[in-house]
Amino acid sequence: MALLEVVDVSKIFPGVRALDEVSFRLEEGEVHALVGENGAGKSTLIKVLTGVYQPDAGELRYAGEPARFGTPMEAQRAGISTIYQEVNLVPLMSVAQNLFLGREPRNRFGLLDRARMDREAAEMLAGYGVTADVRRPLGTLALGAQQMVALARAVMIDAKVVIMDEPTSSLEPREVETLFGVIRDLHARGIGIIYVSHRLDELYQICDAVTILRDGRVVHTGKLADLERIRLVALMLGREMAEVRREGATAFSGEATADDDAEPILRVIGLSSRNKLHDVSFDVRPGEVVGLGGLLGAGRSETIKAIGGAYRLDAGDVRVDGVDLKRPTTVQAVKAGIAVQPEDRKAEGIIPGLSVRENIALAVLPRMARFGLVSDAKIDAVVERYMTRLRIKASSPDQAVGDLSGGNQQKVLLARLLATNPKVLLLDEPTRGIDVGAKAEVQGLIDELAAEGLGVVLVSSDAEELIEGADRVVVLRDGVVVGTLTGASVTTEDLMATIAEAAND
Amino acid sequence: MTETAVARPAVDLSRLRDWLPKYGVYLAIVLLVLYNIFFTPYFLTWSNVRIQLIQVAPIVIVALGMALVIGTEGIDLSVGSVMALAAALIPLYLGYGVIAAIVASVVAGVAVGFINGVLVARVGLQPIVATLALFVGGRGLAVVISQGQLKDVRNPDLIYLGSGDLFGVPVLVWIAAALVLVVAFLVRRTVFGRRLLAIGGNRPATELAGLPVKRVLITVYVVCAVLASIAGLLAVARIQSSDASAVGLLIELSAITAVVVGGTPLTGGKVRVLGTVAGALLMQLVIATMIKHNLQPSTTEMVQAVIILIAVYVARERKTR
Repeated sequence: MALLEVVDVSKIFPGVRALDEVSFRLEEGEVHALVGENGAGKSTLIKVLTGVYQPDAGELRYAGEPARFGTPMEAQRAGISTIYQEVNLVPLMSVAQNLFLGREPRNRFGLLDRARMDREAAEMLAGYGVTADVRRPLGTLALGAQQMVALARAVMIDAKVVIMDEPTSSLEPREVETLFGVIRDLHARGIGIIYVSHRLDELYQICDAVTILRDGRVVHTGKLADLERIRLVALMLGREMAEVRREGATAFSGEATADDDAEPILRVIGLSSRNKLHDVSFDVRPGEVVGLGGLLGAGRSETIKAIGGAYRLDAGDVRVDGVDLKRPTTVQAVKAGIAVQPEDRKAEGIIPGLSVRENIALAVLPRMARFGLVSDAKIDAVVERYMTRLRIKASSPDQAVGDLSGGNQQKVLLARLLATNPKVLLLDEPTRGIDVGAKAEVQGLIDELAAEGLGVVLVSSDAEELIEGADRVVVLRDGVVVGTLTGASVTTEDLMATIAEAAND
Repeated sequence: MTETAVARPAVDLSRLRDWLPKYGVYLAIVLLVLYNIFFTPYFLTWSNVRIQLIQVAPIVIVALGMALVIGTEGIDLSVGSVMALAAALIPLYLGYGVIAAIVASVVAGVAVGFINGVLVARVGLQPIVATLALFVGGRGLAVVISQGQLKDVRNPDLIYLGSGDLFGVPVLVWIAAALVLVVAFLVRRTVFGRRLLAIGGNRPATELAGLPVKRVLITVYVVCAVLASIAGLLAVARIQSSDASAVGLLIELSAITAVVVGGTPLTGGKVRVLGTVAGALLMQLVIATMIKHNLQPSTTEMVQAVIILIAVYVARERKTR
């Protein structure tokens, strides 16, 4: 009998099927890997399991019984605990208090029995490799130790299922070992673990089974030992190796427009940032589209942001068209001709309450103005040009961007970038969450812009888009450049092989 | 005809939700004025209108600056202290002429605004905490400067600003009206105004777009404090004495109320300049109406509270639409 079973669960959000008849089983004492790229539906599935969301169709079975968790509290009471990436405990309270939060031991007067609490907490945490003073505020512990406290707390409240969402993303190697020790211990006690991670090494080290999600559907589920690494990568990125098509399914022409001998328009040298980037270097020539490949968390978005001045670097050098910007600020980067399209359109891209025209003109206002007074005529000219060129569909330039479809929002964002007359365009997931038609248009536009001589850096978790869009692909893994695909080797197979190979190290 | 009349309400309701936060304040003013015309004796006399306008002018001036700050998703609690500082400096410099006194008080505003702006934009303090520091410290400094004394002001030029008339309308009201136009122009027509709204709408996005976010934020706090210092100056000119411990007391609350009632959301990204003026006028009218009908000040305060709650509630409705 399965400990926890998901049967044909669907979850629909406006415009998206986040989960499409997803089924999987977690056995007692099993460590089950849950993998998939961004937007595959992992987080939604976790939220359904923990009572944050209610499934629109299908059911959950817990220990053989149909289950419904109306709130996270209900799921927790039933024995499903979640350890999130960000530790969600109370940093200012002591370690012991956090551990016993809501279930504090009392003495015979009904008052808090601090001595007993501290003693038991210390004993318990020793088993998790945490030797710090339990009376210290939790926030003063290293992140790894905090995560152990969260884990200890989860196990203490009689969890039968523990869900770990990228538990190792902020851990040191030594802490990872301790965590794995704890996981093996839980495993031996019959607790089921759902383990979400993108680090293939870890998955193969600790997990028994795997379920791979893509676009809200289960594309594979079974024993992990039976699945080759390269197959796993292929399934995650959504390509059956045998059926990698030659013609391609995107709107990219596939023709390289770069002049091989041209001086690079963008040189990135030795970008390093604690934990996230290690000595990342590459060049982009005018007219060239350079893809950044790698799995989630490999450092692609960080690289893009760092070039645009929006990510703290400890070392590194960015040069645009021969000008050495060192580590630019966002203002310097934009001035030098770097345009960044961030991954999270809503949080960092558009300004939803402002109109299409304000959004497009945002970065070039000084050019649209004399003595600080904006000229509507100048703005209108620019706005009209880009609305036409990018075929932005809005009822009028005065419509609020927040009311547009995802595709049109993305086009407005691109229009803002193009209005700055950039030399280098950095695109992080330019077609995520936009409809098929808009996707093709955006892809066509990227080609067009490259043909006009822009240097383009493209990040996409859609392997096809990356392979067909890019002339060259720089593959990252854990913030390190592990390979570059050029010429004939820019193929999905080579991309997957490089990612999988890298993970073998 | 009856059929269309039946079908209409559903449409009108959603329209009303759009319409109410934008124009509700004007509607309320009209209703209140109508009520007063019929039920309050001597309401529609020029002397009464004149008194109301003179009383509301300083609040309007301070609220304009507050609206800008709130447009960036901030808040400025220190405006009352800035008024006190300006008031304390005037007697010291009035000996050199009105201009010197005005310059001194405006410079004080610039200084306080700059400190607020740096604390918010560069140090990264939350606006409420950053401006709380000067809310407390600013008035303290003002009392120290004035040595805790109430000083009479007899300079005729200054008194003209506070009590004189131009074309039959108080100078004070002319100044407030001019500042309303300046701020409206600033918001609608200038690069600074557009940037300010963008920062309030989505700060990470404006940073990525390469806007000088910190500079704009500092400027916003400076503008707000300068407006407050002008209000302080005019307050001294009107009451013809400088009392640092009383000038501008609790005005930050009146200003925030005017901004919120005027339909500017506290979440930033939008500034309603005329709405803010209307908000200040509405609160002034409410207070005047209550007083004229001999209601206790405590009752007036409770009615003000209800109006604030309604304004915030109406704005919230629009958000969740």
